[in-house]
Amino acid sequence: MTEQQTSAVLDTVSGEAAGVTAPASARWRAAVPSPTVLVLIGAAVAIVVVAGVTNDSFLTEGNMTNLLRQMVSTGLLALGMLLVILTGGIDLSVGSVVALTGIMSAGLVSGLPLPLAILVAIVVGVLCGTVNGVMVARFSLAPFVVTLASMTTFRGLTYVYSKTPITPTSPDFLTLGSQNVGPIPIAAIITLVMFALGWVLINRTSAGRALLGIGGNREAVRLAGVKVQRHLVLAYALSGLCAAVAGVILASRVGIAQPSVGQGFELDAIAACVIGGASLSGGRGTIGGTLAGVVLLGLIDNLLSLYDVQSYWQQVLKGLIIAVAILVRRGERQNT
Amino acid sequence: MKLELRGVRKRYGGVEVLHGVDLTAEGGRVLAIAGANGAGKSTLIKVLAGAVPLDDGEILLDGEPLTLRGPEDAQGLGFRTVYQELSLVPQMTVTENVLLGALPTKRGLVDWSAAHARVRALLEEIGFADIDPRVRAGRLSVARQQMVEIAKALAVEPRMLVLDEPSAVLAGTDLDRLFDLIRRLRERGVAILYVSHRLAEVMEISDSITVIKDGRVVDTLTPARTSEDEIIALMAGRRLEQIYPDRVPEPGKPLLSVRGLSRDGVFDDVSFDLAAGEIVGMFGLVGSGRSEVARCVFGADRPTSGTVELDGAVTRFRTPGDAIGAGVALVTEDRKHSGLVLGMDVTDNTTFATMARISRAGLLDTRRRAANVQDMIERLGIHPPRPEMPVRHLSGGNQQKVVLAKWLLTRPRVLILDEPTRGVDMATRVDIYRMIDELTREGVAILLISSDLTEVLGATDRVLVMRGGRLVAEVGSADTTEDEVLAHSVGVAA
Repeated sequence: MTEQQTSAVLDTVSGEAAGVTAPASARWRAAVPSPTVLVLIGAAVAIVVVAGVTNDSFLTEGNMTNLLRQMVSTGLLALGMLLVILTGGIDLSVGSVVALTGIMSAGLVSGLPLPLAILVAIVVGVLCGTVNGVMVARFSLAPFVVTLASMTTFRGLTYVYSKTPITPTSPDFLTLGSQNVGPIPIAAIITLVMFALGWVLINRTSAGRALLGIGGNREAVRLAGVKVQRHLVLAYALSGLCAAVAGVILASRVGIAQPSVGQGFELDAIAACVIGGASLSGGRGTIGGTLAGVVLLGLIDNLLSLYDVQSYWQQVLKGLIIAVAILVRRGERQNT
Repeated sequence: MKLELRGVRKRYGGVEVLHGVDLTAEGGRVLAIAGANGAGKSTLIKVLAGAVPLDDGEILLDGEPLTLRGPEDAQGLGFRTVYQELSLVPQMTVTENVLLGALPTKRGLVDWSAAHARVRALLEEIGFADIDPRVRAGRLSVARQQMVEIAKALAVEPRMLVLDEPSAVLAGTDLDRLFDLIRRLRERGVAILYVSHRLAEVMEISDSITVIKDGRVVDTLTPARTSEDEIIALMAGRRLEQIYPDRVPEPGKPLLSVRGLSRDGVFDDVSFDLAAGEIVGMFGLVGSGRSEVARCVFGADRPTSGTVELDGAVTRFRTPGDAIGAGVALVTEDRKHSGLVLGMDVTDNTTFATMARISRAGLLDTRRRAANVQDMIERLGIHPPRPEMPVRHLSGGNQQKVVLAKWLLTRPRVLILDEPTRGVDMATRVDIYRMIDELTREGVAILLISSDLTEVLGATDRVLVMRGGRLVAEVGSADTTEDEVLAHSVGVAA
């Protein structure tokens, strides 16, 4: 069902007196997931059911915890990426920011108190994103080129910081990535909280609406008094922030920070956004869709490993699934 | 050739926009299709171009049923459509655009001299020999681009030519040349569909006029036996007694004063005043600098020199945000390019200029926002009244109302409107004039920029005329004539 049909149905439900009930129905509508999300949730549920029936180790608590943990990196990066994609941009540097902030937090923790080490790493991530944002906004450079350059630069800085992997000396450092609350990893809770904050940002703040508007028609929102450059910097800075959180959590989970980590992470993040309905030309995309995209990608990875599918075939299948997801959405859009 | 539509229905999403349209186009005749915005004209054109499939009904070509599976089918049959939105590739030359996909070749390589000669001949045929085929399409004026589109449609001998609002960008002699071309094509037996809501043109060029309203054919008339008033009444479904409100100019204290405003190479030394409660028109030919003056006053562009005073104090709007904060609003001339975010809904588009104002600690007051939007939907009669509808799906007139709503919510004291009625149907125009008139009663000062002479005289108290980047005349709207204003704008004595 298309978005239009959905809202038409909802209008009928909410009665004839549209003038009176419109605000209420609009609020209600925002709570109903979009068709893309519903399709993705359907696909995910189908996968879970089939996998649960055919594979004994899939629905175990251990595997579920593991699955959640695996989704954290892609999830956080996709969240930041979505904000950038909404403006019509792209951030290719996130994988390098993961490596830089991961290795810095692991290194700094030997000299600084844990919270301070993490804070420094996150500030570095935000700075990386801010540099991207300023280049894109202030100097009107193409986001693809800017972040391609910074991807290499940040990776280089990572090796400058340490050519060899760093094993963090503080045992507390490992808590963040490896401890659970019940069966749920702390890292997954942090990720979900950040998604919730992301939802509020996009749907309930003027800054969030401005990001969508910039991607949809930059000149129109500029003339409506929106400070376009400031908002662009914000989007890239938040992408850097998300990448830094992912970097710290990853180093903590693995227990060792590699300078080579994170290569290709940006592609999974972009894929999750696109599967979730975001348009790379900007102006369209949702938090729910992106989260669903992350879950779908995570499920596929997890299952293919459980079934011992060769990792090359995993890549082939993942590519095909992304292609199918985009085709489904294309059909959906033509109906509206 | 005879092309008939029978009972054609088309739905988008859940909304039916054509409810069983019957229509007959014949070779050697000009059929005009008149209708308000949102009547279904654009959809009808897309059906004929094979761009959208029918949901019901049939198309008959010389009595035989015809299925158009896509635009290729329609073009293969010689059905050519010139859309209102230009579809040229701006980076490519005129020749490449016209012969796109069909460039002549010699030994496998493009034969450029033959191609240019071919296009030169085509442009000569349509009466625009002065367009150079070698120049990049993006460098031509919009009017010229429109003619290149028409040349493109004629590159393959057409059997039917559909022109969608060709006069939206053409005026004066250009339009005369287009009409000459239409008459010649008619003599050659081409069926012509002329879609427009400008009735004077429709009456002049067509052999018959089909009026559609709300997706239905209301009537088909012969120009000799009808009148503009009758067509307007049919289009609107009601009689419009009076288009422009009666105005007794009562200018209050001066609000906005522009002094010696210049922008290098665009306009020079422009000075004028706007008083509370008055409507001042600004007329000038395309390229005279009207819109550019407005953009500089609003802070969208930087002037090279000169000042803008508000309430007698010199102000400097560095950004549109500054201007909005001071109570100045600008409705830009091209709503799709600079007015709307088409993919977003009515709520977002209506509140882009006021979002920050209705936020607390960064969080939008969504309840207040919904109430504001609802208020505007009712006040301006935006149809359909659905805040969550993407503006892409609204008709031109309703899109324009959304733009107006966005600026009204800023509670402007000075409202600058740049071509607010372009591509807007008559009923909506009347609504807009009435709304402007009401605003002046609340003490708002209005600057109405327009290239429609009748409008610029009918809806305003006085008129500023621009020519070549300079303000050349100021006349009282009631004490002048269209001829006089036009004469000022082209620089000849009336």
